[in-house]
Amino acid sequence: MNTATIAHDGHGHGDHHPSGIMRWLTTTNHKDIGTMYMTFSLLMFFLGGLMILLVRAELFQPGLQFLKPEFFNQLIGNHALIMIFGALMPAATGFANWQIPLMIGAPDMALPRLNNWGFWLLPPAATLLTLPFILEFFGVGDGALATGWTFYAPLSIQGGIGVDFAIFAVHILGISSIMGSINIIVTIFNMRAPGMTMMKLPLFVWGWLITAFLLVITLPVLAGAVTMLLMDRHFDTHFFIAAGGGDPILFQHLFWFFGHPEVYILLLPVWGLIPHVLSTFTRKPTYGYKAQVYSFIAIGVLSLVVWAHHFFTAGMPVPALLYFMYSTMSISLPLAVLFFCWVATMWRGAMTFETPMLFALGFIVLFGIAGLTGLVLADVAADAQYHHSYFVVAHFHYALFTGGIMGVMTGVYYWLPKWTGHMYSEKLGKLHFWLTVISFNLTFMPQFFLGLAGMPRRIPDYALQFAEFNAISTVGAFILGFSQLIFAWNIWKCIKGGEKAHAKVWEGAEGLEWELPSPPPHHSWEVQPKVA
Amino acid sequence: MNPKESRRPFLGVSSWLLSSNTKHQANQVPSLTTERRPSLLRRIGLLAAGLFLPVLPALADYKFNFPEPATPLARDTLHMHNEFMLIITVLFVVVFAIMIYSMIKHRKSVGAQPAKFSGPTGKLQWFWVLVPFAILLFIDFILMGIPAFHAVIDMEDTQTKADMVLKVTGMQWKWQYEYPDSGIKYISTLTTPRDQIENKADKGENYLLEVDNPVVLPVGKKVRVVITSTDVIHTWWVPQFGVKRDAVPGFLRETWVKIDKPGIYRGQCAELCGKDHGFMPVVVQALAEPEYAAWVEKKKAEQAAAATSSDRAWTKDELMAQGAKVYNTVCAACHQPNGQGLPPAFPALAGSKVVNTPLLSADGKLLPDTHVFRVMNGKPGTAMQAFKNTLSDVDLAAVITFERNSFGNTQGDMIQPAQIKALR
Repeated sequence: MNTATIAHDGHGHGDHHPSGIMRWLTTTNHKDIGTMYMTFSLLMFFLGGLMILLVRAELFQPGLQFLKPEFFNQLIGNHALIMIFGALMPAATGFANWQIPLMIGAPDMALPRLNNWGFWLLPPAATLLTLPFILEFFGVGDGALATGWTFYAPLSIQGGIGVDFAIFAVHILGISSIMGSINIIVTIFNMRAPGMTMMKLPLFVWGWLITAFLLVITLPVLAGAVTMLLMDRHFDTHFFIAAGGGDPILFQHLFWFFGHPEVYILLLPVWGLIPHVLSTFTRKPTYGYKAQVYSFIAIGVLSLVVWAHHFFTAGMPVPALLYFMYSTMSISLPLAVLFFCWVATMWRGAMTFETPMLFALGFIVLFGIAGLTGLVLADVAADAQYHHSYFVVAHFHYALFTGGIMGVMTGVYYWLPKWTGHMYSEKLGKLHFWLTVISFNLTFMPQFFLGLAGMPRRIPDYALQFAEFNAISTVGAFILGFSQLIFAWNIWKCIKGGEKAHAKVWEGAEGLEWELPSPPPHHSWEVQPKVA
Repeated sequence: MNPKESRRPFLGVSSWLLSSNTKHQANQVPSLTTERRPSLLRRIGLLAAGLFLPVLPALADYKFNFPEPATPLARDTLHMHNEFMLIITVLFVVVFAIMIYSMIKHRKSVGAQPAKFSGPTGKLQWFWVLVPFAILLFIDFILMGIPAFHAVIDMEDTQTKADMVLKVTGMQWKWQYEYPDSGIKYISTLTTPRDQIENKADKGENYLLEVDNPVVLPVGKKVRVVITSTDVIHTWWVPQFGVKRDAVPGFLRETWVKIDKPGIYRGQCAELCGKDHGFMPVVVQALAEPEYAAWVEKKKAEQAAAATSSDRAWTKDELMAQGAKVYNTVCAACHQPNGQGLPPAFPALAGSKVVNTPLLSADGKLLPDTHVFRVMNGKPGTAMQAFKNTLSDVDLAAVITFERNSFGNTQGDMIQPAQIKALR
């Protein structure tokens, strides 16, 4: 993409802004807000990681060592909620805030005050979610949500105040995400640089556009489902209680109508950024731009109509089973188009292997395992064996850790020099990559076998035949967890200083964001560039 | 990335091989364990483990595939699983090989010049773009789709030619088994001692997978299994049977099993159902037809004896002794062996307001929200179930009497099984 005009510098706008904490509380600047999202995400990543390391420590050997089963159940569900709503979604929104205006040639997001509010709803929500842990310590209530992140009724109707706290946390997180999504949709539709038609939109922005629509469509359903749950808990309604004419499975339908698109909400922004990274480090144009855009749209639409494959074992009529099986399998088609385009982009390029490229390649390979095991999980009869077992746990960590978290890391290493104006340490980055990839496989590969051998999910103690693989998995998890400190250290060093980054950080980088200085001026594009 | 690591889940590939497991065979009745040839699969597994995990001892315990199937459904599933794993392994290896080739050949450091193409050009290229798509369509809906279709139809056909019905009821945290044909009904709970779980004693061979009353089924008969729950959702799962079905409160779900040969088959609850989700195993004892018939007769006689015993007058000592037994198997998981409970979710019985209510009204009627009422009818929305559905008259009378006179509760009174019978 070429621009006819390069923006002039943006000095002289920062001096009437508050400083210190007030700067962050009142900021409406997309870059400040993006930074806050990313920082919040990193903190939550470590909090969620800490929780699961406690779980893995307990599972190192058979028998109950450190945790009571009640507390164990609280940790697993909150680990998931914090990783999904606290780490992955805010990270994606952080990218959107930082990158969308830079990439489409806009001065800022379209709705800056809404943007600020959207972020500042997150800390209260995270507090609500985790407060019951602390309250229990002081003898109030019986701890946090202990139903797993899925809130399945009637277990969640039985649960203590942790469930109520989690319901309100989900409400607030949902409002925050919907506001963020509306802002992103409005920005993309209205603030593109002249000449940037929809079919010239960078793929990252396309990925986020579909994500934003999915969020706006599905989050109200989740909010409705948990509100009905709240009603059942406190106001004697019977939406999910069979004795009063309700149906517990209705909750699962409502939850997964949100929950399945949620998977793609977490993945689409990453699928959007991977082509940029591949194209940069292969020094070759993205292969199949249009095919990728149409695949995003197809996946977005399909994700809305396959939800029931998350509870095949709950019992459904045969036609429903067949429908959800085949519709789920059909997602593999647009996904295969994406894989094809990624590999074709690499083909006959001139590759170099900087940290973002390593993460992108690791993402493709490991996410491939998630996709392929997802294909077999779609088979209802085989799913009877995989479901509720560690096979599923391994599958969705291949999807969400490599697809989600490693995708986010790809983006962070790729754009961090643009954001901070300094280069990160390539040596630490590579160390971080290799430790992450090896320990990730050490953690989750054994879990496939555990699942096949018959170990159910969410149990605090297990039969002796599962001992060896669990021990390996725990060792892997601890290496994986501690390796992430390198990531945090590298980011910190990069913010504090380091080699100066050019405007065009990477030799092969293409796109509007690389035409602004690093770091970009306060009002990113004061004069919109013209896209040819 | 680590390609060798990544390929490991797919080692269990070999559709002609069905057997892979060792532990589950060990779990079976010894006399029934016949030939045990180390399968090719297992050897590959061992080789892989030897290659990639050289530091780990006890290789015999590593398993890379489903346990040995014991029903036609499980055999089908394993077959399909092996076939699918083969397919996805091939897909993975092909795509990964292309990537590796590209990463080696098309790198800047070996002087590669970047090409300029950004999509297929010309008919030949379009052909090569569409070929993988067509292959995937074929795999999805023909190669995988057709066997999957038949497997689903087979799995869901619970009623055709069913020989008998077993009703399974999940409850926090035990299973109840009911044989509608013969009227047999009993509860099955974990027997692994607390000391083993808390690492104060050595763990037994069937740690966490052992129960007091296993469900007994005949071999070679198609058993229609009807599943429900009294409180939250549970899942009845025996890996060797290849079936897993949720127990949904207020609804009936069904599946079926037809066990090939006698033996003990072990599984677990697979849906998070609260505190002791990890401690409600499923143990199935499969018997040959004559032994099964004998077992049914024996069980029926036992139940008849229990029914008549509820008509006679029991002494307080008898009730206290029986009550302690019932309390420890049924109530102690929540209310704790010392009656202190785990408040606020599971209230203490020691000094409890409910326990220390009057037994019955002056004219022998049930009063609402009293001790007897709560034990019989439960408390909706909590783990406290309506035990009149699952416990016998004797057990109810015994446990109520026991609770009123233990943990520092000194009501001094007792209730007779006959009284409970009249209250039902």
